[in-house]
Amino acid sequence: MRPADLVGAAAGNTFRSKTRTILTILAIFVGAFTLTITNGLGTGINRYIDDTVAAMGADDVMTVTKVAENATDDSDGPREYDPDAIVSEREGPPGTTNVVAPIGPAELDDLAGIDGVVRVQPVKSVDVDSIAHEGGTEYEIGIGGFVSGMRLQLAAGEQPDAAASGYEVVIPDAYLDVLGFDDADAAIDEPVTLAVTDAERTRHELEATVVGVAEASLGTTSSAVPNEALNDALFAAQSTGLDASQRDIYSQATVWFDPASTADEITALQDRLDDAGYDSTTVAERLGAFKSVIDGIVLVLNAFAIIALLAASFGIVNTLLMSVQERTREIGLMKAMGMGSGKVFGLFSLEAVFIGFLGSAIGAGLGMVVGSAISSVLGGRLLADLPGLTLIAFDPVSIVVIIVLVMGVAFLAGTLPAVRAARADPVESLRYE
Amino acid sequence: MTAPILSARDVRKSYGRGANRFDALKAVSLDIREGESIAIVGKSGSGKSTLMHVLALLDQPTDGTVELAGTDTRALSGAALNRARNQTFGFVFQQFFLTPNASVLENVMLPLKIAGVGRAERRRRALESLEQLELGDKAKNKAVNLSGGQKQRTVIARALVNRPRVIFADEPTGNLDTATGAVVEDILFDLNREHGITLIIVTHDEELAERCDRRVHIRDGLIVDVIENPTATKSADAESASEPEAAATAAERAA
Repeated sequence: MRPADLVGAAAGNTFRSKTRTILTILAIFVGAFTLTITNGLGTGINRYIDDTVAAMGADDVMTVTKVAENATDDSDGPREYDPDAIVSEREGPPGTTNVVAPIGPAELDDLAGIDGVVRVQPVKSVDVDSIAHEGGTEYEIGIGGFVSGMRLQLAAGEQPDAAASGYEVVIPDAYLDVLGFDDADAAIDEPVTLAVTDAERTRHELEATVVGVAEASLGTTSSAVPNEALNDALFAAQSTGLDASQRDIYSQATVWFDPASTADEITALQDRLDDAGYDSTTVAERLGAFKSVIDGIVLVLNAFAIIALLAASFGIVNTLLMSVQERTREIGLMKAMGMGSGKVFGLFSLEAVFIGFLGSAIGAGLGMVVGSAISSVLGGRLLADLPGLTLIAFDPVSIVVIIVLVMGVAFLAGTLPAVRAARADPVESLRYE
Repeated sequence: MTAPILSARDVRKSYGRGANRFDALKAVSLDIREGESIAIVGKSGSGKSTLMHVLALLDQPTDGTVELAGTDTRALSGAALNRARNQTFGFVFQQFFLTPNASVLENVMLPLKIAGVGRAERRRRALESLEQLELGDKAKNKAVNLSGGQKQRTVIARALVNRPRVIFADEPTGNLDTATGAVVEDILFDLNREHGITLIIVTHDEELAERCDRRVHIRDGLIVDVIENPTATKSADAESASEPEAAATAAERAA
C-alpha cells in the first residue's frame, strides 16, 4: 500500500463513525485550545517584557558598580561609616539602599582594561528641576539614561540620536497635556526648556528639541530621556562650581561588551568584573526574576492543558479500540488480501494522528481567534495603562509545536489499538461458523 | 506434467495443548492442479475451512508442508507470503465482507490499493472487473445498498481485480437464494473455464460440489474420499481452451 493511499484511507476511516469521532475530536480540541491560550499568554507577556528590556537598555550593556570595602550583608550588623562611600537607591522594596564605592578616572581605566569590555562610560546621573514648553508652567520631571542600542517604546517620533551634537529629548506621553501639546505628533520638533540647579544653587536652563514621545512602560514611566549631548550638557551644568576631584566621581559606570556574546561569555565577563571588585547587572538580569515568575505561571497553566490532553488521549484509545472491534472482519480481509501487519498498524495509528491533528488544528485556530479577541478587549480596558502589552500573542513556531505535540500524544494513544489490529489473526477474524 | 499450483503434504493442524488438544487436520495430502475446479466438501467442524485457510496461506500448518507452484511456503518471509496472497489468490466469502459505506468501486479496488497500484490504473482495472460482472453501472453505489446477488458479484469482481491464478470460494452461495446462487455459480465456473483460474470451493452443498472437476470429502480432519467428475457441467462446453487438457489429466488420473 502506498503511503499516500494509507494516509487517505486513514483519513477516510476517521469519519466512518462521525458522532464518535467528533466527540473525540472535541476532547482533543479542549486540550489544544487551552494549551494555545496559555502558551499565547506566556508569549504575549514575555514579548512585552523583552520590549521593556529594550526600553531599559541595550542588550550589549551592563551596569557596573564598585563594591565598597566595608560593604557587608545586612545580617552582619551595622556598617562602619565610610566618608567616600556612595549610598545609592537600588531597585527593590522602598528603603533598600546599597553602599558602593565611588568610581573615578582610575577605576574607569581599570574597567576598560578588563578582558571582554569593549567600552566603558561613567553614568552621569542628572537631577533636573523642571521641564517647560515655551515659557509655560514648569513641571517636575526625572531624567532617564539613554545608551545607544536602547529602544524606547515610542508613541511618536524617533529614538534620541546618541551621536547627534544637538540637544534632543524624548518626553513621556503623560507630559503632553500639561506642556500644551494636542497629541504626540504635535510635540515632535518642538522646543522644551529643562532647568537644573548646580551645587552653588545657581539655576541653569537648557533648551532641547523633542524628538520622540515615549509610551509608559514597565521601564521608563515618567522620565524624559535625553540624548548623550544633552545629558552631558545637563551634567556639566549641574556640576558647575565643583572642583575636578568631585566632578569626576560617579556611582555607576556602563560597560559595553560584544553583542554576539553568549550567555556563558557574559557570565565569564561578570566573573572577571567580580574578581576585580565590581558588581555588574545586565538589563536582562534586572527583569530576569520577573520573567521566571511568568514562565513558572505559564508552565503550571500548560500543565493543566496537558492534563486535559491526557484525558482526551484516553478518548482516542477508546474510540480506536471500538473501531478495531467493529472492523475486525475488515482487518482480517485486508490481511488475507496481503496487507502486512506494519501497514495495518500504520493505518490505525495514522487514524489516531489524524484525529489528533483535527482536534489540535481546530483548537489552535479557535484558540488564536478567541485569544486575540480577549487580548484586544482587555487591552482597551483593564490593561489600558500598559500600552504595548498584547496579553495573548501567538508565535507560529509554538502553534506548530502544539499541533505536533498533540499529534504525538494521539499517536501514542493510538498504539495500543493499532497493535491490537496489527496482531489480529485473519483466520480468527474471518471465522463465522 | 507441470508442478501442481498448490500442494499439501501431510498437513496437520491442531489447536490447544494437552487434554484440550484438538486436531483439525490429521495428515492431509492434496495436489491442486492449475486450472481445475475442486470442491472441498464436509460438514461443519470437519476441518474443511481449516484446510482452505492452510492452502490459502492464511494459517500455518502445525506440521507438514504447503507448496505454492513448487515453492515450499515455509521458506517464504511474511512479506513474501503477503505478496503471494495478494497477487496469486482471490477470495470470495459467504458473508461478503464488503465495507458497507464505501462505494462498490472502492471495495473492488481494495486488493490493488494494498498491492500499491497507482490511482488511475487501479480505477481502470476495477471498472474493467466490474464490467466483466455486469456491475459497471453500480460502481458509485454504496455497497450496503446492493442486493445479495449484486454483493456477491462485487465480491467476485474484487477477487478478480488482481488477476489471480486461484480463487478461494468459501460457501459462495450460502447467503443467496437458489436462483441468485445459480447465477453466481455460473460466473465462478465461467471464470474457471474461460480464464483458466483455478477454483477452490469450500462447501457443504453437494449440488455445487458436483459441478466441480473433483470433490474432496473431508471428515474429522481426514480426506475420506476424492471423486473425479468427468461429466461435470463444464465438460459440456468442450470448446474451452483449458478443457481438453483438464480432461486429459483427469483421464490420466483415472487410468
